[in-house]
Amino acid sequence: MSIQSPPASLPTLTHARLPRQAPLLVAVVAVAVTAAGLVLGLGTVPAVLIGALVFLVVLPVWSLVVENRRSATDRLMTGLIWATFFVALAPLVSLVWTVVAEGSQALSGTFFTYSFYRTSLDQPVGVYHAIMGTLVITGVAALISVPVGILTAIYLIEYGKKNAFSRVVTFLVDVMTGIPSIVAGLFAFALFTLIFGPGHQSGLGGAVALSLLMIPTVVRATEEMLRLVPDDLREAAYALGTPRWRTIMRVVLPTSIGGIIAGVTLAVARVIGETAPLLLIAGIVQRTNFNPFDGSMTTLPVLIFSERNKGNIEIVWGAALVLMVLVMLLNVIARVLGKILAPKQG
Amino acid sequence: MAKSIDVSDLDIYYGDFLAVQGVNMTIRARSVTAFIGPSGCGKSTFLRSLNRMHEVIPGARVEGKVTVDGQSLYDPNVDPVAVRRQIGMVFQRPNPFPTMSIYDNVLAGNRLNNKRMKKSEADAIVERSLKGANLWGEVKDRLGKPGMGLSGGQQQRLCIARAIAVEPQVLLMDEPCSALDPISTSAIEDLIHELKTQFTIVIVTHNMQQAARVSDETGFFNLKGAGQPGHLVEFNSTEKMFANPDNEATEAYISGRFG
Repeated sequence: MSIQSPPASLPTLTHARLPRQAPLLVAVVAVAVTAAGLVLGLGTVPAVLIGALVFLVVLPVWSLVVENRRSATDRLMTGLIWATFFVALAPLVSLVWTVVAEGSQALSGTFFTYSFYRTSLDQPVGVYHAIMGTLVITGVAALISVPVGILTAIYLIEYGKKNAFSRVVTFLVDVMTGIPSIVAGLFAFALFTLIFGPGHQSGLGGAVALSLLMIPTVVRATEEMLRLVPDDLREAAYALGTPRWRTIMRVVLPTSIGGIIAGVTLAVARVIGETAPLLLIAGIVQRTNFNPFDGSMTTLPVLIFSERNKGNIEIVWGAALVLMVLVMLLNVIARVLGKILAPKQG
Repeated sequence: MAKSIDVSDLDIYYGDFLAVQGVNMTIRARSVTAFIGPSGCGKSTFLRSLNRMHEVIPGARVEGKVTVDGQSLYDPNVDPVAVRRQIGMVFQRPNPFPTMSIYDNVLAGNRLNNKRMKKSEADAIVERSLKGANLWGEVKDRLGKPGMGLSGGQQQRLCIARAIAVEPQVLLMDEPCSALDPISTSAIEDLIHELKTQFTIVIVTHNMQQAARVSDETGFFNLKGAGQPGHLVEFNSTEKMFANPDNEATEAYISGRFG
């Protein structure tokens, strides 16, 4: 024991620490190693892997030498968590980057305003018909599934209270969540064939297929939100002599509406990119069709699928970008609505 | 407006579980009646059975009679919603409606029941109720602000204002001060004194000093053991209960020699 060390009865509260910039320093070294690897002719992936490995080994070892075991473990775990974060982020960034870079080349005024249906040979083509088809089919699907979904959730939470019927409904909703989308498409196809005869194609059929996929998501999301409304509020309303249905309309739903809208938007975002069921029942068409009750209707995902098969890559990327922006817009709108409608504090 | 309540041979069940057994009492009009007793002895359950609020819990039911000025609350053709309009309730935790402003919270009872009224009429109700709850001076300049922005004590007085805005005949209070600091508690106790000139008040409290301070009559609830139903041990004027109770168990509980 050296002279400076305090007596054993008084454990010290301080120990040596790495300089504050240590992680940054090691990161710079790791980046330098990566760059060196690239210069020496390694591929991008091995170079980045080696750089990450350098960071994950050097910093904890340095810490173990200077600091103590616990700090070393802390630095190793922190490094690992950041590494997995970047691993998860990489494909997302790459995807957004690729779609924006490739898709923006296709974008032009005519891309949004013309359909595939040409009236003369020199007329440009665009995806107007597919944008409209997406909006109409998804809109009708939302129109079907939002009331059904929200009312189901209200029954389950406010009235069902775990009785036998509501347990059966909950089970069926869970089963519906797992339906493969192509099966939903087949169901709609069979249903409309039964009613209108063979070969029937329409936007409504597509909307029915999509709403099958959407309803369970809406029910689940709304259930969660309704469960978050404290029973205190319901009791407060009952104690004022408010009937149950009015309590639900005026107290429970307004309190949870922000979350419900967010859930509905997520459900819409989930089905707006569906391809398989729409190929079956909504079909492919060159012209713009606004009427979901009559004739085939093309949506953006179906257009992407069929154009890729034909090799029109530029249109494919452009349509993908439009679809992505549509989903993003939906999310932004939902967030804004949620913020506006959420209960205010203070 | 205030009414008296007669309770005879009341048994309260949650499903098959008998929670409270054989309660008999008369709650006088325009007075404060306090219920004391250990946790789980059924005071709150009994209180909630007085305006049929306990039915909100699935499986809850009662046997026996509760009559308010001669009208039986548990007649098959009595509408529980109508009962609750006449017998208001304030809860343990302040529960203003988070989506509503202070102004709208006070009017919630009227608005939720779709009563049409003129702006001047609504303003008058808000001012009268908030003054009645001793909150007017603190909030009159920010009536449009959310009710959740008030302090806990203010929120509880807002809930009282909301309860008296519908002009009930009886006001039930379930431990209204247990989440509040002593100063807010004192404000609410003063309020109870003022309110009893107009309303019949029934209050559940864990604080025996509070029962002694605010009430005219006190009921002591107890249970014989774990899993046994709660019952009313003694019901007497507060003065007698705290000075010279008839029952030994009451004296033991009040003087702190319980168990």
